[in-house]
Amino acid sequence: MADSRRMINSRGTDTLLQLEDVYTDIGRYQILHGIDLKVGRGRVTMLLGRNGAGKTTTLRTVMGLWKARKGRIEFEGRSLLDMATPDIARLGIAYVPEGMGIFGQLTVRENLLLATGPEGFEQERLDRVLQRFPALKLKWDSPAGLLSGGQKQMLAIGRGIIEKRRLLIVDEPTKGMSPAMVDQFIEALLALKADQTTLLLVEQNFRVARAMGDDVAVIDQGRIVHSGSMADLNADEALQQRLLGLSLGATDR
Amino acid sequence: MSSPAWILRRDQWQQWAPYAVTPVLILAALPAMGVGSWLTLTVAGLSMGVMLFLMASGLTLIFGLMDVLNFAHAAFITMGAYVATSVLGRLTGWTNDESLAMNLAAIVLALLAAAAATGTLGFFFERIIVRRVYGAPLRQILITVGALIVMEQLVIVLWGPDAIALPKPVALRGSVIVGSSSIETYRLVALAVGLVVAVAMQLVLTRTRIGLLVRAGVEDREMVEALGYRINRLFIGVFIAGTALAGMGGMMWGQYQGLVNSQLGDAVNVLVFIILIIGGLGSVGGCFIGAILVGLTSNYVGFLFPQLAVGSNILLMFLILMWRPRGLLPLAGH
Repeated sequence: MADSRRMINSRGTDTLLQLEDVYTDIGRYQILHGIDLKVGRGRVTMLLGRNGAGKTTTLRTVMGLWKARKGRIEFEGRSLLDMATPDIARLGIAYVPEGMGIFGQLTVRENLLLATGPEGFEQERLDRVLQRFPALKLKWDSPAGLLSGGQKQMLAIGRGIIEKRRLLIVDEPTKGMSPAMVDQFIEALLALKADQTTLLLVEQNFRVARAMGDDVAVIDQGRIVHSGSMADLNADEALQQRLLGLSLGATDR
Repeated sequence: MSSPAWILRRDQWQQWAPYAVTPVLILAALPAMGVGSWLTLTVAGLSMGVMLFLMASGLTLIFGLMDVLNFAHAAFITMGAYVATSVLGRLTGWTNDESLAMNLAAIVLALLAAAAATGTLGFFFERIIVRRVYGAPLRQILITVGALIVMEQLVIVLWGPDAIALPKPVALRGSVIVGSSSIETYRLVALAVGLVVAVAMQLVLTRTRIGLLVRAGVEDREMVEALGYRINRLFIGVFIAGTALAGMGGMMWGQYQGLVNSQLGDAVNVLVFIILIIGGLGSVGGCFIGAILVGLTSNYVGFLFPQLAVGSNILLMFLILMWRPRGLLPLAGH
């Protein structure tokens, strides 16, 4: 029964999250003008686009932080449109906003604890997170506000995976990171991918997008102007030139 | 080239200075008066401070979590004192008993009744009135000021326009002599009650999951929701707790004054707002420091410079804000 609800997209993968013709307004401004997006189960989908194109709005609309005016948003065949943010999160969706949503006055431990169920930490998962991000162990009882930018990013990702999630949504994870940190970060997320976590990432850095993405969608002026596999995009130089003008302006920053 | 360990770096000093203000004030007051007066006034100031903390902490918690400045808070303070008059009026057997245990039992019962009554009222107040105006500051001011007026009139309808006596229990009326200073017994009781509540509050905030959610919600409500918690439920809980604390503070304050009238809450409200501003709006720790500072300053200045007594707290607020424009322990994101 569950299988009949799943939609199969053109590439034959199983769709976890699907947006169809989604319109979102913020105040008087229309930001999204009919977004169509599919996120395949177990895949890494990169959402590219320049500033103001509607990337963050798309993610916030999925989380119910902004309400779509019209359209359909389905997660495993279930409509998210009329659900409140906490209920959407409880379906197993972790969201890391731009700026990471770290609670600076709380300790690293408390930040992670917030993302666990009422029983608290599951030792095995906690060990895995701390093994992957050893800095968090060192700063365990320090206020998270005192962490460096990279450590905060690790904490935000750690919080996203401290419990089993169906989907991890991350808004601009590498913003402001040094190149060395970016490499470390790519490695961490690729390890997640190996755990079969589905990822939806907004990214401005094409090098990062290329290193991690299975699928790619490019958004411009509130619409998806291209979507397909990262491999196809990599192979098509002309398409890259056309889209990169829209999405990034440069191949690397 | 590092400086010795006992010298605070500038940032460490910035971090710890707010906590040093109170001890510095207490020590500075000592040479200005005899030890006897100093002890009397310090205990008086501390007990006034913790009573003010009870009244102010609820308001600052509600503001911190929900960004609602509840001007009706004063009415909950008044209401708590009136409920106490009714409860203790039926327990005269206990309060007139010479035994300290019976007296304290009466106080605890009155405190619980005041908290239950104002907390219940707070529940309906949040559900019926405040929830409609989240995120709309102007409407919050109008509706909570309106509610303040209505509730004060309601008090007059229920208990009549005349002031009602709220006598202290017999065993708590006198003073304790310590060396050359005399300390009113009731102040010690108020101090103990206030500290117990403050410690309990601190434990709930730092040791429980609810407390963790409240602290997280004060920083970033949206992220708490994105982690799967229904923040509206937290709002109701904090509103009930905040108004219950106001009721308890009102009861202690009314009994300390010995007389309760419908303006009781209004009279302390100015001090409550000064405390919130000094401490940093929304910060419970700042609220505690601010309340103690206001209590001590009122007592010290009233003794040393009686002509300045009325304006002393405004002056205190002015000085603190000159030093720290956002209050002693400002919250991130507010």
